[in-house]
Amino acid sequence: MSANVLEIRDLRVEAPNGAVLLHGVSLDLRPGEVLGLIGESGAGKSTIGLASMGYGRGGCRITGGEIRLVGTEMRSASRPQREALRGARIAYVAQSAAAAFNPAMRLDKQVLEGPLLRGMPEAEARAWMLELFRALQLPDPEHFGERYPHQVSGGQLQRAMIAMAMAGKPDILVLDEPTTALDVTTQIEVLALLRDVIHRYGTAALYITHDLAVIAQIADRLMVLRHGREVEMGPTAELLENPQQDYTRQLVSERRESLGATADVHHRTGETLLSVKNVNASYGSTPVLHDVSLELKRGETLAVVGESGSGKSTLARLVSGLLPPRAGAVRFGGADLPPRFRDRSADQLRRIQLVYQLPDVALNPRQTVGEAIGRPLAHFRGLTGKAQRDEVARLLEQIGLPADFAARLPSALSGGQKQRVCIARALAAEPDLMICDEVTSALDPLVAEDILRLLRKLQDDLGMTYLFITHDLSVVQRLADRVMVMSKGRVVETNDTATLFAAPRDPYTRRLLDAVPQLRTDWLDEVMAARA
Amino acid sequence: MTLRIFGRPLPISAAIGLIIIAATVFLFIFGPSLAPFGQEDVVGAPFADPSAEHLLGLDQNGRDMLSRLLYGARMSVGVSLTAVLISFAIGVPLGFLAALNGGWPDMIGARFVDVIMSIPVLISALVVLQSLGSSLPVLIGTIALLDSTRVFRLSRIVAQGIVVMEYAEVARLRGEGLWWMLRREILPNALPPLLAEFGMRFCFTFLFVAGLSYLGLGVQPPFADWGGMVRDNQQGILYGLYAPLFPAGAIALVTIGVNLVVDWALAGRTMVQGENR
Repeated sequence: MSANVLEIRDLRVEAPNGAVLLHGVSLDLRPGEVLGLIGESGAGKSTIGLASMGYGRGGCRITGGEIRLVGTEMRSASRPQREALRGARIAYVAQSAAAAFNPAMRLDKQVLEGPLLRGMPEAEARAWMLELFRALQLPDPEHFGERYPHQVSGGQLQRAMIAMAMAGKPDILVLDEPTTALDVTTQIEVLALLRDVIHRYGTAALYITHDLAVIAQIADRLMVLRHGREVEMGPTAELLENPQQDYTRQLVSERRESLGATADVHHRTGETLLSVKNVNASYGSTPVLHDVSLELKRGETLAVVGESGSGKSTLARLVSGLLPPRAGAVRFGGADLPPRFRDRSADQLRRIQLVYQLPDVALNPRQTVGEAIGRPLAHFRGLTGKAQRDEVARLLEQIGLPADFAARLPSALSGGQKQRVCIARALAAEPDLMICDEVTSALDPLVAEDILRLLRKLQDDLGMTYLFITHDLSVVQRLADRVMVMSKGRVVETNDTATLFAAPRDPYTRRLLDAVPQLRTDWLDEVMAARA
Repeated sequence: MTLRIFGRPLPISAAIGLIIIAATVFLFIFGPSLAPFGQEDVVGAPFADPSAEHLLGLDQNGRDMLSRLLYGARMSVGVSLTAVLISFAIGVPLGFLAALNGGWPDMIGARFVDVIMSIPVLISALVVLQSLGSSLPVLIGTIALLDSTRVFRLSRIVAQGIVVMEYAEVARLRGEGLWWMLRREILPNALPPLLAEFGMRFCFTFLFVAGLSYLGLGVQPPFADWGGMVRDNQQGILYGLYAPLFPAGAIALVTIGVNLVVDWALAGRTMVQGENR
């Protein structure tokens, strides 16, 4: 008999195309313990989480090793045996609650489905669900279950999913990025409640995330993964204080840097490049921007921060001419900017370029890198043939990719490389203003760091002006000269970055700043204590 | 060592498909000149069994089955291919345009197509063929126009998914013209479902021509076409004869061949968007 609820030995998982996702990973999980799995995308974190339930996603096969779940070897277990364990002894919480719930079914039906299926008496299951709803501080717990998924907020839905996982009273929870899709202020609440619930009921957990600061608040031990191999494992505080491996050190220092360093402020006194005055905008009859104004000087970086629904991306669409404002004016380079991009001159279109959040959908999958970058060269600058190829090569060099990448299709590039190509495509137009809409949000921390460095270098070399839209305050701190905080379509506060971080004037800004997880194990306790 | 065509490995299934298509093309060109008998010549008793002289036996009028199959290849493939090509030439550009520009032209076009599609194809075809008379150009034109509504619908919905992608937005913000948008941004990404549809439409048209022939409005006798031959010989089934199986088999074989090749051409292109893990 072993005391561990989960033992994994030499786990090996292969993708359908034969690529090895995990090369012999071993781990133990004691009852009530939280083990954090951390690493970049492709490190094999989620694969471990799913394999611990004896499951391989999308045709991935477990080809070697042992998975012992509360004494049962999952690989040799029969299908009914495995199914009896799933949901009862081990349960899974996915990143996106919105995608994990059936939108056409009441929440209580979905939460109770598992326990009822496994023979828990309905009265008992319902009482337990109520207790969980209370523990997770869901509003009006008696009637919360009567709602449908679209009737509750994202944070509430994520909590409901935790309740659903806990409904079968499992020994182990597999938490796959459970707070990553949430806004910072919501994330902190869900994280605190999740920790309470796990501790209260003594549930063990595999906590999968790419965010060191988040996991530092909840995990007892950490396992760092890279390319399907264990890099390092140890108690959380020890590993953060004294990482043994280079890769771990890099991850830790990236996160620390991102929370400390402030950009050297460019106090631009030059001409105003972009000015937005008292703009209102709406989607159909839903107003999304109220009386928004901003001014951006040449060579400056203005960050627009806010949570989802704050109207920050709408602002980008407005400046680029995709959404004409209801009222107010936009001036660019000393002239009025027509509200619709169709009415703008070719030169005006050239001077404003956009870089998007998801490089996967921002690049035409059927155009090579050379075509994607070459087209704006031909379109705006009339470069063709050899002149175009030379310029593409120069741009690729400028953004740090080899010139022979011009022949590749986007599918042959990594996420970070694709984002670099998107930046090169924007640069090809020789713009005055680059609007960056969450350009680093979809990237792994170390890759995002490189992209930020590239953007700063371009600013130093070319004097580029950025309108930088993001929800990530650590990015703001490293890149922006000034910050504009938005909430519910209104500007809350605009100030120099250093001033705003040191002395926020508005309570909302304060709350936003406080909600950014910090890389110390006692941060969450402090914040919750301060709130109480 | 796997065989490669256009830098793509060629699996067995695709090789079979290519062989079938090559054979069909060969018959399309040389079929009539290879036929041992004329397509109208009555050479024996109706439904005579296969023999050394008549390898596939005789049809319901005592004509040589093999010869009629060889003649029919040109007629059937020619009519189907021309009709489908025309229907795509009409439906795809209009569907893309509707999706790209939206607004009222899109609305009117889409609703008009809905109205046409709500009338059974056979009935629409009957009306047109009855009033204009069934000559080959009218037959092909009618089928092409009716089919183009379906192609329009598919192209429009596929293109709608593409024009909202950010790469299409980038191109629009760059001020790209219509031709570039259609040709470079939409078409390459819409190709997989359109090619699949092309394969299916081509084969359906065989059968549709047969359906029209049944009512005397398709390919006119005595010219052989495969669909019509199935229909002509169908009573043979009741007597356990092979005769109707030969043209039916020919249609099935071409259908399979075309679709094997389409599947191969689409392999690796089907997951175009949205997959970002």
